[in-house]
Amino acid sequence: MRKFLPRLGSTELWLIAVIAVICGGLALTTDTFLTLVNLLDLLNYSAVNVIFAAGLLVVLVAGGIDISFAVAASVVQYLVATTLLSLGGGGWVLGFALSIGFGALLGAFNAALIHHFRIISIVVTIATFNLFFGLLMFFTDGVSIYNLPDWLVERVVLFEHETANGWAELTLPVAVMAVVVLATWLLLRRLNLGRQLFAMGDNPEAARRLGIGIAKMHYLAYGWLGACAGIAGLMQMHYAQEVVPNALYGRELDVLAAVVLGGARLGGGRGTLLGAVLGLALIAITQNGLNLLGISPYAFRMIVGAIILIAICMSGETLDVLRTRLARRRAAPRQEVLS
Amino acid sequence: MHTPIHSQPGDIDPGPWLLRLEHVSKRFGGVQALDDIAFNVRPGEVLCLAGENGCGKSTLIKTVSGVHAPEPGAVMQWDGQDMLGIDPARARELGIQVIWQDLALFPEMSVAENIAFERNLGRRPRLVKTAAMRAQAAEILDSLGVNIDLDARVASLSIANRQLVAIARALIANARLVFMDEPTASLSRHETEALIDIVRRLSAQGIAVVFVSHRLAEVLDICSRVTVLRDGCYVGTYSTEGMTQSRLTELMTGRQFDYRTRPAPTGDGEPRLSVRGLTRQGEYRDIDLDIRPGEIVGLTGRLGAGRTELALSLFGMRRPERGQILLDGRPLRMTSNRDAIRAGIAYVSEDRLSLGLVQQQAIADNIAITVLGRLLNRAGLLSPRRQTGLVADWIRRLKVKVGSPQDPVSSLSGGNQQRIVLAKWLATEPRLLILDSPTVGVDVGARAGIFEIVAELAAQGMAILLISDETPEVYFNADRVLHMRDGRLVESFIPAHTELERIEEAVHA
Repeated sequence: MRKFLPRLGSTELWLIAVIAVICGGLALTTDTFLTLVNLLDLLNYSAVNVIFAAGLLVVLVAGGIDISFAVAASVVQYLVATTLLSLGGGGWVLGFALSIGFGALLGAFNAALIHHFRIISIVVTIATFNLFFGLLMFFTDGVSIYNLPDWLVERVVLFEHETANGWAELTLPVAVMAVVVLATWLLLRRLNLGRQLFAMGDNPEAARRLGIGIAKMHYLAYGWLGACAGIAGLMQMHYAQEVVPNALYGRELDVLAAVVLGGARLGGGRGTLLGAVLGLALIAITQNGLNLLGISPYAFRMIVGAIILIAICMSGETLDVLRTRLARRRAAPRQEVLS
Repeated sequence: MHTPIHSQPGDIDPGPWLLRLEHVSKRFGGVQALDDIAFNVRPGEVLCLAGENGCGKSTLIKTVSGVHAPEPGAVMQWDGQDMLGIDPARARELGIQVIWQDLALFPEMSVAENIAFERNLGRRPRLVKTAAMRAQAAEILDSLGVNIDLDARVASLSIANRQLVAIARALIANARLVFMDEPTASLSRHETEALIDIVRRLSAQGIAVVFVSHRLAEVLDICSRVTVLRDGCYVGTYSTEGMTQSRLTELMTGRQFDYRTRPAPTGDGEPRLSVRGLTRQGEYRDIDLDIRPGEIVGLTGRLGAGRTELALSLFGMRRPERGQILLDGRPLRMTSNRDAIRAGIAYVSEDRLSLGLVQQQAIADNIAITVLGRLLNRAGLLSPRRQTGLVADWIRRLKVKVGSPQDPVSSLSGGNQQRIVLAKWLATEPRLLILDSPTVGVDVGARAGIFEIVAELAAQGMAILLISDETPEVYFNADRVLHMRDGRLVESFIPAHTELERIEEAVHA
């Protein structure tokens, strides 16, 4: 039974159509876009953002917002790297455990402020965004860490295939992304706790009257995002083979824009993982395409911003409004009698 | 003469009470919200809880449903067992369900999930049992005899269907006592009848229903007994047999009102407003309408007949496709409601809570917002002195009960909020006043006050269009009543020459 699952909504269909058009255009205008090497590279690169997006979606659905998760991921990177180094190395299990643990703690800090002091989430997380980033820069003096343990920086290749354009590879972050997306889907769609998160985002007062534990829901949502951010940080550290304090700074807005583009509602109660992933895919493919077309990277942000605006303006609901307005105007060509 | 049943226990079958409350009091800070209340419900009966806004009805419901604990000394029994000290979860376990006026549904979720959401509760992670939820929801909707798509988003349903979803959700938890807080406030007559059928069905299944409503005709029609509260005190419990609306009103307000129609209009004078052949596709068509200065014209009809749409067009907010609007004989060309306001038209909207007032802002700012241009001093800045003068004047003229004009509007009762909306529009000194359902959510005493003001305004020469789907309201307060159906004006009545029943029949047939 998939009756409680959302049927493919208009936002998702619309995004798929736009992505198909862009992919078609890029396939025709570049030789490199539609190659296994490029597509898998795109996937490897985007895995970190998808992990962020899955976590952020949980918070948005619960009616909150979080600006601090990307710098929180940087903080986790530093904490994990220094802990691992002081322990003399460690391994993947310890790495994941530490990342999830530190990440969830930072998320719980946000949740505590939001719940116990009744401060709205955007204010809290703008403050913690500055707090986290300030502390990080202060204690590290902005110095990067390059001497990471070997296991962490060695590429883990899950699949490789030699093509005419070189080696096509699928790496660890993609597998981790898949696990995180699956777990988040399970939480939001399949578990009672996820439905309670939706309920809280949809109508907080009704959720309270039903006896849903609001505090627990806050900790769950922000803790989940924190854990996802921790994992994303670990994967970014693995992918980049270094820890740079401001490497993820600014990523929060890219991810937020993509998730909202994917149909998640600011204010809660609505949003799908597929939409979030498609939103991210649209932006990633556009950036990749611009790159392949040799367009100046300075133009990226401008073009991506324009695409987000156009996509949101042209989304199903907005089109419906325009359509009825147009129909009415046709029905009443002139207003001669009124004057 | 009606004597309180409660005070003569010998008169009634003491029977097994489902719910028995005695000596229930509740104090919030210095305010005595409930003072020694008695409240008893039999299994399967339909009981009305009546009283004006602020009389303690909500506090009483919250006490029974475990939200508030009563002051010491109270007796609260459920099925003969002591139920003091319950919390909301325990109250639900006992079978006490409250359907609040806002329904407390989840608009983005499906009908099935809303109805069976209790299955999703619990603090431990568990898999959602989709199939079981759907089956359970379908069964309960079946038992209510209604047909709603289980997969529809609740946001896409009509208010009436949302109400049914809320009822279904209450029943799924094996309710034995259901409180319905103003369930009919936003329903049409037809939908109300369907709801009343459902209430009777519940009662036949042995589920007791406590009905809270401002519509007294409805109350007398559906309930067997009525418990009246006034200012937090227990007035009495009465059988509805032989009870009249005016008697019930008197019990609720402690005052007497007389219900009389306005005298027949004399019919002279040039019309203030003339509408000819006004049409907007899919909303209303070929509307001809005249209102003279000093005349109150009532406009009634079922929900969806196009009343509000017509009113919005007269106020410049929905452009008609054909036809003419004349004010004092001059054709009006309106592109927005600013033109309407400039021409001397004021519109008091149906939904005052969301559209009519800025709830968090001060009373004074709300009144002055329509006339800011007239309150400027020579430097072109807002003159606090002029504003204070204007606000004080209107608060006095409309007898609004306010602590301070600087208090937020949200601190006022429904009736006083409605007066603030009136003040805000009267400040523009309109020549035509359109009132759209001015008494929704306003209690009996306050209603009478509002119509006194309306009659006074008419006497001063204002032309008034009064829109309401409560036929008695237009019958008793308008000089002429127009009946709108499917976008057309189909009939016109003069209350002084017509029986109320005749109009009700025409509208609801």
